[in-house]
Amino acid sequence: MTYVIAGSCIKDDSCIEVCPVDCIHPKLGAPDFETAEQLYIDPEVCIDCDACVEACPIDVIFADFELPEKYEYALGLNAEFFAEQSTAERTTP
Amino acid sequence: MARARPRVAIVGAGPAGAFAAACLLRGSGGAEIDLFERLPTPWGLLRGGVAPDHQEIKRLEDTFDRQTLRRGCRFLGNVEVGVDVSHSELMRHYTAVVYATGAQTDKSLGIPGEDLPGSRAATEFVGWYNGHPDYRELEFDLSAQRAVVIGNGNVAADVARILTLSAGALECTDVADHALEALRASRIEEVIVLGRRGPAQAAFTSAELRELGHLEGVEIRVDPEDLELDAVSHQWLEEKGSFTARTNLELLREFAARPARRGARRRIDLRFLRSPVEIRGTERVEAIDIRRNEIVRTDDGSLKARALQEDMETIDCGLVLRSVGYRAVPLPDVPFDERHFVLPNDQGRVRTPEGEPLRGVYAVGWIKRGPTGILGTNKRDAEETVNCLLEDLRAGELPAPPRPGRADLDTLLAERKPDLVTVEGWRAIDGQELDRGRSESRPRVKFASRDELLAAAAVPR
Repeated sequence: MTYVIAGSCIKDDSCIEVCPVDCIHPKLGAPDFETAEQLYIDPEVCIDCDACVEACPIDVIFADFELPEKYEYALGLNAEFFAEQSTAERTTP
Repeated sequence: MARARPRVAIVGAGPAGAFAAACLLRGSGGAEIDLFERLPTPWGLLRGGVAPDHQEIKRLEDTFDRQTLRRGCRFLGNVEVGVDVSHSELMRHYTAVVYATGAQTDKSLGIPGEDLPGSRAATEFVGWYNGHPDYRELEFDLSAQRAVVIGNGNVAADVARILTLSAGALECTDVADHALEALRASRIEEVIVLGRRGPAQAAFTSAELRELGHLEGVEIRVDPEDLELDAVSHQWLEEKGSFTARTNLELLREFAARPARRGARRRIDLRFLRSPVEIRGTERVEAIDIRRNEIVRTDDGSLKARALQEDMETIDCGLVLRSVGYRAVPLPDVPFDERHFVLPNDQGRVRTPEGEPLRGVYAVGWIKRGPTGILGTNKRDAEETVNCLLEDLRAGELPAPPRPGRADLDTLLAERKPDLVTVEGWRAIDGQELDRGRSESRPRVKFASRDELLAAAAVPR
């Protein structure tokens, strides 16, 4: 499983600070940090530890199997964000 | 002898002020912080800006409360700095003053007819439906079938959504009662949202755009022709487009491909590459003239919209809401950058327009960087300003003010503002609003006028 950040994310960085495996991106200082409308969790790296859920001040991080219906799109969106990044890395010489 | 504790006034209790207070409390080892606010209630746009159907975001107020007011930061509400108490008076009582006053007005379109009744800033509509006391007396005529929203950012999306949500959906939010009543009687069937630039440049977050396509009983319309990207936009999207821009375009294509929905209660029509030219009407808004644009690349590489020499299109409508940006207003006795609409500053240290530092004066949030970014952006922004302040403090750059100590200032405020709202007053307002909400199965029922708020603040708990 993985945790998923829903679209109401306000980019408070509390979750990034507590993530033990650094799987929440973009990070402060990354080129896409300012343009990102929210933070995303890399499903390939997330270890389901729950730390970000506790840290989120507005409770918009969910376990994938507990995603409310209105946020169902967020599972694909989080994964897509990282898929696009790895494609970009592969195609950049 | 122990050094006196630094005393800091933060002017404006919105998100930037709250993040700054929290950051100062964590980092200063015992600063005395007073949070000044011109309204009787704290948290600024979190209460008065964030849409009522986005309650999850409003949960941030619990964090603000826990990290500031519950840790000894004082709330001094219903006090307007520059009116009730001056900048120089603050400087006499505080080691440092941090301005967090935001951007309190909106940009205008600069077109004929903009001031006709029925044409307003979207931010006024937002303040009205969110129960901001400054907008309590406004009236929005919702009796025409069509409204036009100008702008392609999240405020435009918010107002389009509020105009089309069903009464049932609004009733379970903390939308202001006067707005709920007016929106229940609304006869608006169609909201046209105009974007000056193309779909690739729309400033909506994809979360807000997606929502517009999933409102109960509301059809979303996008003309597939509007989504055919010109060569300039296509190249820009490939090279510089953000993940959000690409996601937005995918969403728009999905909306455009949807079959027409019969029986939809209301419609949102997103139109791109359209600029308003004139708002027309004799007594009030009756129509708006728009024209088409094309995207061109400017010398600095940015993309801008340029008018096409074609016939104008006229859209009949009874309400026009413009949402083309916020703008800060100058504060009395503090320098102001008239070109960028901010306090001139270096990383939050305010300086004169000539570049001289103004010792002990700082800025945070929109009055510092301009109206950009989302809520969390203010957290990093506040950290930067607070770090400068703490650095100056440690370097001995901030001498103790001539009249330190809370008693002096409290006497002054008691004389000038007998109806000052402290944290107890705010808790009384908050408690009563939440109680009223519980009895109606709503998150909160707001007091929406200054008189009601002040009366509620005075009720002993």
